[in-house]
Amino acid sequence: MTAMQPGEQRDEVEMLSLMLLIRRFEERASQQYQAQKIGGFCHLYIGQEAVVAGAVAAVRDDDYIITAYRDHAHALARGTSANACIAELFGKETGCSRGLGGSMHFFDRKNHMYGGHAIVGAHVPLAVGMAFATKYRAEDRVTLCFFGDGAINQGAFHEALNLAALFKLPIVFICENNLFAMGTSVKRSTSLKQIVDGMNFREVRDKIAEIVDSIRKEPHPAFLEVRTYRYRGHSMSDPASYRTKEELEKYRLDDPITRLRAQLTREGKLTNEQFDMLDKSAKETVLAAVKFAEKSPEPPLDKLYDYTYADGAIAAAVPPAGSDESAADTTATAGKRR
Amino acid sequence: MREITYRQALNEALAEELERDPNVFLMGEEVAEYQGAYKVSHGLLQRFGPRRIIDTPISENGFAGLGVGAAMVGLRPIIEFMTFSFSLVAFDQVVNNAPNMFTMSGGQFNIPITFRGPNGPAHQLGATHSHATENFYASVPGLKVCTPATPRDAKGLLKTAVRDDNPVLVLEAELLYSSKGMVEPPDEELLIPLGKADVKREGGDVSIICYAQTVPLALKVASQLEEEDISAEVVDLRSIKPLDEKAIFDSVEKTHRVVIVEQDHPFCGVGAEVCYRIQKNIFDALDAPVLRVSQEDVPMPYNERLERAVLPNADKIMAAVKKVCYA
Repeated sequence: MTAMQPGEQRDEVEMLSLMLLIRRFEERASQQYQAQKIGGFCHLYIGQEAVVAGAVAAVRDDDYIITAYRDHAHALARGTSANACIAELFGKETGCSRGLGGSMHFFDRKNHMYGGHAIVGAHVPLAVGMAFATKYRAEDRVTLCFFGDGAINQGAFHEALNLAALFKLPIVFICENNLFAMGTSVKRSTSLKQIVDGMNFREVRDKIAEIVDSIRKEPHPAFLEVRTYRYRGHSMSDPASYRTKEELEKYRLDDPITRLRAQLTREGKLTNEQFDMLDKSAKETVLAAVKFAEKSPEPPLDKLYDYTYADGAIAAAVPPAGSDESAADTTATAGKRR
Repeated sequence: MREITYRQALNEALAEELERDPNVFLMGEEVAEYQGAYKVSHGLLQRFGPRRIIDTPISENGFAGLGVGAAMVGLRPIIEFMTFSFSLVAFDQVVNNAPNMFTMSGGQFNIPITFRGPNGPAHQLGATHSHATENFYASVPGLKVCTPATPRDAKGLLKTAVRDDNPVLVLEAELLYSSKGMVEPPDEELLIPLGKADVKREGGDVSIICYAQTVPLALKVASQLEEEDISAEVVDLRSIKPLDEKAIFDSVEKTHRVVIVEQDHPFCGVGAEVCYRIQKNIFDALDAPVLRVSQEDVPMPYNERLERAVLPNADKIMAAVKKVCYA
C-alpha cells in the first residue's frame, strides 16, 4: 500500500483490492487449516472486510492499530505481507511474529500494527496506554482499537474506557459487532443500538474519518459500533449451528465486497474486467504466500530462550532451570504438531 | 553515606529516575495528590507535575494494562499497586500481557515497565490483604522479580528496575517502610543489579537464605545464635528472578547446612526452587537436609495470635537451624 499524505483519500479501487485480498487470504487459511497446516485456533474475518478497510482508509499510516484475535485482516490492511501472515499461521520463522505468536498474535511494529491479542477485552487497556503515550508526547496520532461485541462485557473494557475518558485520550474504540460473541447472540448478552453499517465501506470510512478529524483537533475518546456479520463460525472449530442458513444468506446478499464493487461500477470507476484482474491478483498473492510459507524454515530450537527477555539477562546470569533434560530435547518432543 | 528510611530511599529512586528520563512516569492509586498511600511518592507531584505523576481510579486491571500499552510504544511506566494483593485484580495484565508480548511478537515489542508496591503480610490485615506474591510472579517466564530488604537495596534495585528493558516487579516490604539504613549520598549514582544476592552477615556453620521481611528476622536470629556458638551466614537473595545461584552455592559450600526463610507459602514457594537447585548442583556439599521456614499453608487469619503462628518467626528459624546443625 502506498504511503498517504495528510488529507488525501485512499483510492477506493485499491481498498476494494485490499478487501479481496483479505477474503481470498481467509478462504485459503480455512483450506490450509483443514489440511492441518495451521495449528491452534484460527478465526476468520470473512464478511467483515469493509470494517478494517474503511478504518485504514480513514487514518494515516502512522496511526496506531490494535485488535483482538480475529486479526489477520488488520495486519494485511496495515501492509503486512501475505507471505509474513501465512508464514505466521504455519509457525514459520518468516512469520510476522517469527512463528511465536500464531493466528491470534499477529504483530508488525514497522507498520504500526500492535497485535493480535487473544484474551477477550484485555487489549483495550493496552490501546488506552498507547493513546496515553501519544498524548504524553504531544503527538497528533490516533489509536484505533478494534474488538468484538463480546469484549464490551468485560471489566477491562469498562476500566479502559473510563480511563480514556478521564484522561481525554486520542482513541477510537471500534466495536466490530458481528452479532455473536462466540456462539451467544448479542441479543442475549448486551443492550446496543446500531450506529454504522459495517457492510458499507464508504459509511465506515466516512464516519471514522469524521471522528479522527475531531480527535486530531482536540484529543478525546470516541466509541463507534460497527454492525457487521461474520460468515464463518467463531473459529475453525465452530460449525455455527446457532444461526439459520436463511440468516446467513440474508447477510451474503449484503456482501461488503459486492456492494463496493457495485458502487464503483455504477460510477464508472471499475469495469468487470478490472475486478476480475484484482480478484485474480489477490488469489495469486495468497497462493504465492502459501508456497513461501511452505518453504520457510521453522524457528530454530537453539533460539528458544532468545525471545523471553529483551536483554537475555536471565540466560546470562543463570542458566534457566527448565527441565533436567536439555531444553532442546524436551521441546523437540513437546513441539510436535498434532 | 547517610542514614535514611526505606521509604525515603524509594522516593529518591523515583525522583532520580523521573529526573533522568522524560519517558518515565509514575501512575497508580493515590500516588499524586494524596502523596502515596504509604507516602513513597511524597512530593513528586509538586516536583514533576500532573503529566508525570498520575492518580488513577480504582482500576488496577485498567491502569496496569495502560502501562503495558504505553511501554509498547516507548514510554517507561512505573505502575504502583497500593499493595501487591491488589495486583491480583490486574493479574491478566501482569502475567498475560506484560511478559508475553516480547515472545508473542517475535521480539518486536519488549515491555520496559516497573510494577511496584508493598508485598507480603503486614499486620492483621486478614487474608485478602496479606499476599506474598513473589512465588506466583517468579514462576512466569518474562518477568523479573526483586525483593529489597534494606533502604540501600530498595533504592538501587528500583533504579535498576526502571532502566531494565523488561517487566520488573519491585516487591517492597510494607513492614520495612520506616526502617532505616545507610545509603550513598544522592549525588552518587546507586544501581544494584538484578540477580545479585548479598551476604548480609558472614558465618561458617549454617546458611540462612532469606529475602524481604525475613532478612531482619534472620539477622536477629543470627545474633542470638552467636550466644550459642553457632555462626550463621545470612544470604539476602534480593532478587527472586533472576536468582543468584552462585552466591547461594558459595555460601552453602562453606557452611554445608541450609535453612531457607521465605515469606510466601510452602507449596511451590521460593524456597522449593532454591532447595531444588542446591541439591541438584552441590548435593555433596550438604551435611544435612535443607529446611524451609515459610508461612503456614493457610489463608492468613485476622486474629493476632494466629497470624503470628502462621508467619515465619525467630523461634521457628532457631529450631530449624538447630535441627540442621544437629545441635
